[in-house]
Amino acid sequence: MTKLKIRTYSYIFLVPAFLIYFVFYLLPTVLSLFFSMTRWTLTHWNFIGFDNYVTFFSETALSIGFRNTLIYAAVTCGLKVILGLLLGAFLTSTVLFKNYLRSVIFFPTLLSTIAVGIAFSILMHPSQGLINTSLAALGINGPDWLGNTKIALLSVALVDVWKGIGVATVIYIAGISAIPGEYYEALKIDGGSSMNAFRYITVPLSRPAMNSVIILAFIGGLRSFDLIWAMTKGGPGFTTDLIASIIYKQYQAGFYGLATAGNVILFVGVSLLAFPLYRYLTKGEVYL
Amino acid sequence: MNRTTGRALTFVTSVIMIVALLAGCGSGSGSGNNSPTTKNNTGDTNSKTNVKTEATNAPVEKTTLTLMVGNTGTTLDALKAVGTEAEKKLNITIEYDIKPDGTEGDNLVKTRLATGDMSDLLVYNTGSLLKAVNPVENFLDVTNETFMADVLDSFKTVVTVDGKVYGAPVGSSSAGAILYNKKVYGELGLTVPQTWSEFMANNEKIKAAGKTAVIASYKDTWTSQLFVLGDYYNLQAQVPNFADDYTNNKAKYATTPQALRSFEKTEEPFKAGYMNKDFLATTYDVALKMLADGSGVHYPMLTSALDSILQNSPDKINDIGVFPIPGDSADVNGLTVWMPSGLYINKNSKKVEAAKKFMEYFVSKEGQAIFASKVKAAGPNVIKGIELPDDAYEGVKEMQKYFDEGKTSPALEFVSPVKGPNLENLTVAVGSGIISAQKGAEDYDKDILKQAQQLNLPGW
Repeated sequence: MTKLKIRTYSYIFLVPAFLIYFVFYLLPTVLSLFFSMTRWTLTHWNFIGFDNYVTFFSETALSIGFRNTLIYAAVTCGLKVILGLLLGAFLTSTVLFKNYLRSVIFFPTLLSTIAVGIAFSILMHPSQGLINTSLAALGINGPDWLGNTKIALLSVALVDVWKGIGVATVIYIAGISAIPGEYYEALKIDGGSSMNAFRYITVPLSRPAMNSVIILAFIGGLRSFDLIWAMTKGGPGFTTDLIASIIYKQYQAGFYGLATAGNVILFVGVSLLAFPLYRYLTKGEVYL
Repeated sequence: MNRTTGRALTFVTSVIMIVALLAGCGSGSGSGNNSPTTKNNTGDTNSKTNVKTEATNAPVEKTTLTLMVGNTGTTLDALKAVGTEAEKKLNITIEYDIKPDGTEGDNLVKTRLATGDMSDLLVYNTGSLLKAVNPVENFLDVTNETFMADVLDSFKTVVTVDGKVYGAPVGSSSAGAILYNKKVYGELGLTVPQTWSEFMANNEKIKAAGKTAVIASYKDTWTSQLFVLGDYYNLQAQVPNFADDYTNNKAKYATTPQALRSFEKTEEPFKAGYMNKDFLATTYDVALKMLADGSGVHYPMLTSALDSILQNSPDKINDIGVFPIPGDSADVNGLTVWMPSGLYINKNSKKVEAAKKFMEYFVSKEGQAIFASKVKAAGPNVIKGIELPDDAYEGVKEMQKYFDEGKTSPALEFVSPVKGPNLENLTVAVGSGIISAQKGAEDYDKDILKQAQQLNLPGW
């Protein structure tokens, strides 16, 4: 042990990192656990035990919120994984204007989510929006994208995919580019088609990239808030409320303790889903 | 390198890193900082420059006050007109700090108050929403100011908390009622309905004539609440104790049939198919346009909307009339009245005296005249001696009748501190057929429970 004391770097180097971690992560986490058990007005608080959790779980909107959050995360994640893979494979092959197409795909990611949300809610206006007027020109009677309670959530999810597909594609491009060319050459010598190349080389060997996309897209979907708020504010009624928008509404109403309890629930929920998913996915990874 | 230099280097590097870290925090998290000495909002930078000018140039004692006000309607323009005069008369410059309205604005006000970041003056709701922002700790008590003497008691009660008065009125009173297009009424030979069933019969005729009978603008969710909130005259006429029982956790919307009726009134026009197409995508401004050009005939709304109609379609303003939300019997027919917003002084402002001077000027006859030149009254005024002008809106003249006969009642939010924050989402859900009136009322009762507990009211 004594020999280990002679070391190059002092522990003092850890102080800045620890301070950041303590002030911005540990302290708020512990405090939010505490405040979730209080009725809090930001200046005064009464300790009320688990009442906030009871209230939060008895909210009618909450069951809608849980269901919507899962649907939203699954739809956006699934579409990003599949479309991202296809786009990634396409954009690593030898196509004309490859670089131009890559930047086109990535461009929506650079836009502000709120701006995208407002723009699309105008495009999706049931009678005057560009989408439905175009459909009408083709003789199709377009639905009320954001007003129809059955499809409003999916409309927002599609916009999320449009906006987020760029990141997924870039991750796939990186993963696919890292696959050594020798595998493809070997397949060619054995007489495999390009479909075979995709099915037996590209898909299995881009598993690490796919896993990153799944994790990022799924967690992103679970805690998504900004887009839905810009497009529907959880409406009509409560039909597109996600857990995050329910929590935000509680904050808006000034129920700070209750909203904090909601955040603790969201944190636990995301952890319960994300960690097992991560472990399951990393088990089957192939290292190149 | 020997060990001591190594240690010294380690130490120095660490210190530099920590300092850099803290400096980074300082500029990054300024808005979250609540200690008054390091406050970094626009108002404060101004006061600093003012201190400098005062020191170097003593005779020019110009004070800059910040005033936070919502962005809907014409209140801001009218306040600016008063502010320009105040600058000449009192040497007070007002800087406007514009906030959104509705729950988003409430959220901002609560946060700014809690973090000690509030502007010197604030225009904010009266009644229950005022009680939710803890006026005793945040606003200056103006009970004994001489300029408050002319303010009517009906207004004072809605800005009074624990026996102390906190605000001055901004604008006139208004009513939550049904705005209707008189021209179309004339064309179709309709008369103002006295009961709900007459109202529905009118709707049927309007629909048959190919027009929208009831305009709904649920894209702006707050506009969906009027059939509930504006129905309070009918509710209190039939259940006189409702406000008290409701505040004391004894009466509920879902179990009081007359109160549940308000939610049913939200539901019925949708069920009967009287509402405009795309009502979920329709905004407040579009709704007012529909009403003005006669393609829509009824719009349940606050009469302060008349002012926006004047702005957008000035030639149509006298086509618009006002009648109360009808009850089930013709004997009960009166207006639910909204008190104007209040002007409050931030208790912790460093410029309280200047703020008081501005408030005094604002409620004076002169200040009110300037204000009224920009915003025409949407109902009777609440300051003694300020009469409705002869060129008042046609709709406002129709309201006067109910005031003269004493058939008015303040809205529930002025007689009870409890108003559930989710009402607008629930009325959208009920008004677009997503949930039933019964379910909407039950959910609203739960929403009220949370608000009452947050306010720490006894009996909840």
